[in-house]
Amino acid sequence: MLLEVEDLSVNYGHIEAIRGLTFGVEEGSIATLIGANGAGKSTTLKTISGLRKIRTGRVLFDGKDIAKVPAHERVQLGISQSPEGRGVFPGMTVRENLDMGAYARKDRSSAALKPDFDRVLELFPRLSERINQVAGTMSGGEQQMLAMGRALMARPRLVLLDEPSMGLAPKLIQQIFEIIKEINAQGTTVLLVEQNAAQALRLADTAHLLETGEIVRSGTGHELATDSSVREAYLGG
Amino acid sequence: MSTAASTDATEPRASAGTSRAAALRGARIREAWHRAPRPVRWLLGLLVVLFFYALPILNPPIISTPDTDFGGVLFTVAVYALVAIGLNIVVGYAGLLDMGYVGFYAVGAYTVAVLTSEHGSWPFLLVLPIAMLTTMVSGILLGAPTLRVRGDYLAIVTLGFGEIVRLTLVNSEWLGAAAGISKIPSPPDLPLFTVPHISWDTGVPLVDLGRTTTFLEFGVLDQVPYYWVALTVILVVLFFDKRLKESRVGRAWEATREDEDAAEIMGVATFKFKLLAFALGALVGGLAGALFATKQGFVNPQSFALLLSVMFLAAVVVGGQGNRWGVILGAVVVAYLPERFRGFEEWRVLVFGLALMLLATYRPEGLIPPGRTARVKKARKEVAALEEGDVEDTPSDPYAGAAGSGALNRQRSADTLATHTDPRTGEETSSHD
Repeated sequence: MLLEVEDLSVNYGHIEAIRGLTFGVEEGSIATLIGANGAGKSTTLKTISGLRKIRTGRVLFDGKDIAKVPAHERVQLGISQSPEGRGVFPGMTVRENLDMGAYARKDRSSAALKPDFDRVLELFPRLSERINQVAGTMSGGEQQMLAMGRALMARPRLVLLDEPSMGLAPKLIQQIFEIIKEINAQGTTVLLVEQNAAQALRLADTAHLLETGEIVRSGTGHELATDSSVREAYLGG
Repeated sequence: MSTAASTDATEPRASAGTSRAAALRGARIREAWHRAPRPVRWLLGLLVVLFFYALPILNPPIISTPDTDFGGVLFTVAVYALVAIGLNIVVGYAGLLDMGYVGFYAVGAYTVAVLTSEHGSWPFLLVLPIAMLTTMVSGILLGAPTLRVRGDYLAIVTLGFGEIVRLTLVNSEWLGAAAGISKIPSPPDLPLFTVPHISWDTGVPLVDLGRTTTFLEFGVLDQVPYYWVALTVILVVLFFDKRLKESRVGRAWEATREDEDAAEIMGVATFKFKLLAFALGALVGGLAGALFATKQGFVNPQSFALLLSVMFLAAVVVGGQGNRWGVILGAVVVAYLPERFRGFEEWRVLVFGLALMLLATYRPEGLIPPGRTARVKKARKEVAALEEGDVEDTPSDPYAGAAGSGALNRQRSADTLATHTDPRTGEETSSHD
């Protein structure tokens, strides 16, 4: 297991956001957390990337407990996140944003970053057209691509994708999921949080359904996609 | 910042034309400057610097202050400029709203007062670095516990700090309490040559041998040497400011200011960089305070009132937070204009207030906004033009239109951006099935 989450609980003040979460992500796989708004999916990702404090439980990355590692050092371990709601740097250009993605890298010479720029721009050709545009002035879809591309610039072993299809048109959603598949095929482990359950389950090797902070169903993507109660509640019957 | 947001939102349509023209002019000047060959730039820069050194000697009409000593006014303006450069690191670069900056100014001034006068009689040149160090430490002491709070809360905490420093001064007997500390010596003299001032009394420039300034003799009557020292300090600080802004540190500040969480997960140790901005800002503020103390010859708590914090912040905001030339110009507006129009008696305060209001209305991003803001503004104009249908949306744009209302999306993003609020339009719920 590349990532192991054991009996994880996280609070927002006095409110329990997630309770006793246990799941793992196999190296090289795509795992997904699905569930409704407020089920605790984003909180789980933010806790793995270090933006939220663990109340109880453990998070192991590559077998090591990372609870004490601050968020800005986790990226050096190989965990990279594409934040929810297009968390790009709005005043920076696309190029500057991508460059920020490689901020924590040891080797930051332009020669060393070239292959990563090339890879990201190949995955998202749209970004190369807009390379000098200010990120905040781009469309939602473009910003989403930028956030994902930026996360890849760190050369992560595990990339955390928080609602990449949020607010996008169906055609574009399709495309984003194709790209996620491609990222995974290139060797990066993916943990995907999605409200768009149908698409996420089609892609995922393992899937977990969250309801009010707890995992209520686990299985392969196919298993959950064919589960009658999941179908009823999240896939529209 | 929320203040910027509200003024921005109320920007009258009538101003759009003038500010667009101004922004365009600014961009053109910037471009021409970058295109100019290096020696030309050096020469121009040198001439400008020389002009500023010669300013108190030249006494140019209109610019010179008829009702107050011009050298003294220039010194005050220079100290304000130095403060603005320091505060700009905190507010403009790192995006931390510091309302108690006068506290650092006071710490710098009092360190010099205590160590050079009654309690120490140490030489000024030794005390100056000590004052810088003390203020930097005070910045770290204030920042370490408070920089964990964000936004408006930080403003309140720093506001409290400024007042705490002042009240401590008032209540500490060994710091002279309300009377403060006097007999602060001036810096050591280094008389090399004497220059006569220029007089414009008859409308033509005449050499006035009756008024001379000796380089460098720090007297009570002639404040020009103090101005020269302050100007030199500004140049040195600007050099480091530029180096820092363009370094990895500057980019970490920029990322932290734009989206702290995103910066953190990119590997930016945001807390460390915020603390660094606080410490460096404090250091520069303390340096300004030290210069003020040695020129003034005495310090007392009244010199460090809360209003001064507001004026410092006004200089940064009026000038254009994030742009070092902007904030210097802002300091000139805030410190120079009231002195220039001293002849207007009480009216000058009213005029000054009106001027600030006009600036806030017509130049909400400051007199010289940073390149970033100018870029954003341009993008917003484009989006607005697209929405009004003035310009055709030439590139067929499947992605932009994808969310159903691409232009609207972009407009919102551009708004978010210009007002420096949280860039995540989190409320925008997805249209999942």
